[in-house]
Amino acid sequence: MLDADTIDLLNRIASQSTLGLINGAFYAILSMGLAVIFGMLNVINFTHGAQYMMGAFAAWLMLTELNIPFWAALVLSPLIVGLFGVVLEKLLLKRIYHLDHLYGFLLTFGLALVIEGLFQWRWGSSGAPYPSPISGGINLGYMYIPTYRGFVVVAALVICLATWYGIERTRLGGYLRAATENPTLVRAFGINVPRLITLTYGLGVALAALAGVLAAPIQQVSAVMGTNLVLTVFAVVVIGGMGSIMGSIVTGFGLGMLEGMTKVVYPPASNTVIFVVMAIVLLVKPAGLFGQTK
Amino acid sequence: MTGQRALGFGLLVAALLSPWFFYPVFLMTALCFALFACAFNLLLGYVGLMSFGHAMFFGVAGYCFGHVVKAWGMPPELGLLAGVAGAALLGAVTGALAIRRQGIYFAMITLAFAQMIYFICVQVPWTGGEDGLQGIARKPLLFGLVPTKDDRVLYYVVLAIFLFGYGAIYRFIHSPFGQVLKAIRDNEQRAVSLGYEADRYKLLAFVLSAGLAGLAGATKAMVLQFATLTDVSAGMSGEVVLMALVGGLGTIIGPVVGAFIIVTMQNYLASFGEFVLVIQGSIFVVIVMAFRKGLVGEISDRWKAWRSAG
Repeated sequence: MLDADTIDLLNRIASQSTLGLINGAFYAILSMGLAVIFGMLNVINFTHGAQYMMGAFAAWLMLTELNIPFWAALVLSPLIVGLFGVVLEKLLLKRIYHLDHLYGFLLTFGLALVIEGLFQWRWGSSGAPYPSPISGGINLGYMYIPTYRGFVVVAALVICLATWYGIERTRLGGYLRAATENPTLVRAFGINVPRLITLTYGLGVALAALAGVLAAPIQQVSAVMGTNLVLTVFAVVVIGGMGSIMGSIVTGFGLGMLEGMTKVVYPPASNTVIFVVMAIVLLVKPAGLFGQTK
Repeated sequence: MTGQRALGFGLLVAALLSPWFFYPVFLMTALCFALFACAFNLLLGYVGLMSFGHAMFFGVAGYCFGHVVKAWGMPPELGLLAGVAGAALLGAVTGALAIRRQGIYFAMITLAFAQMIYFICVQVPWTGGEDGLQGIARKPLLFGLVPTKDDRVLYYVVLAIFLFGYGAIYRFIHSPFGQVLKAIRDNEQRAVSLGYEADRYKLLAFVLSAGLAGLAGATKAMVLQFATLTDVSAGMSGEVVLMALVGGLGTIIGPVVGAFIIVTMQNYLASFGEFVLVIQGSIFVVIVMAFRKGLVGEISDRWKAWRSAG
């Protein structure tokens, strides 16, 4: 039989990995969005963290200024921020696809600075709280978890699987994948590829905003909430490789859990463990766990 | 060629006279950033590798300098050496991993490593965490022969360090080694098929660039007498990219011009607070959309067109 210490340790590992799943949910949605955008636009969207922040902010503003509840914001906020993404794509991103990938990276980095700077200037960088829309908690046996956090994990899974289904199993998704493979040929079949690209960017941005809305009741809503997150998500993307949607989902959740477990074993390493995994993956499988070398 | 030489001579005279016209600490800071930007540009402009994590070398070297001088009470020369060595070592480890991927992945990997180093710097005790290392005493250089308490004297020391670093980069680029680097940048497969081990060249260039960025960071710590988290942050990595981009990638003088422009701008805009971010971001956007050659690149293009027309 297990002694009390071992049971306690197992308990702690189980509860920290469960909590890690919540972080993992955000890694999964965000890295999936990056992968979808990169597949179609060949641009690493550095603005992703800022757009995640905008999603949370939009929800917070709707609640405090217009009294629009969380559940409506969950739909409205990604729509608004996604539209903003569409405008960005039409105005700026569209003009640099023919250039080296680095320019897209630099452009979106600049845009992130502008957006985060403007939000900091208007609302400061200290956060504002967002009340949790679901109260109460669930007893999992080994731990007690706030219902809302459980909801986030389930919602993230549903969002991820829906995106996967949309891209891998529907006709529109088929066009999208074909256009990623060979845009000229798909255009020759009479499909409006530039519009498809715009839509893809809008979708990716809306996903980031959706993650932001989900995060609002857990984190403080602040102008800098996405700044560090996007850097960690870059590491997640390097680890998973950007080849497959399912790959991003699995890597995102997996790394979140790993981060949680590290909190039990060696707490100071919990915010660097993902980067260490990245170094190991680069040594062993440089293309990423689910990536193909291009 | 004679025109270029005259320009270089004029700049040198200006550099020698300037501490009598401008605030020396401002000039020294600008020179440190200029060297930092040149080191970054060695990689991007001549090897085609965009490191988005160069702040880790700049910042860690500052901490190394501070620790060696403050905690161990060693002379500043050893501090500078420790900064360069620390940065080069870090460059060897992260570089060996990062060059396993190319293009945009390379940028993301260096960015991620820099973030890891940032988190480590927040946590380990010898960096002073959020406070950083404050009050690193300025000690005389060269066995007490050069008193560095006077800002103007220190300025000439910093100018000498800058010229050393700049000269080193100039030599690298114009050596056979530099030619191979450019060949790898333009067509890696071809360089490999000609028998050059591209990865070894890339790694060496990465370590050199890291070491020189370290020299810049350690010198900055010597001048300003502190080392803080700002210098290892992702924001600093972005700033050096901006400097090189504003001045002009792939021109040897461009990053120097860019560094002076950005440092001057920050000096004047310090009172605007968060708006500095907005302005920096806008400059990124404008340059990527319209002036991808940077200031020096655009001017030299106009000059060439004017020459061939007249």
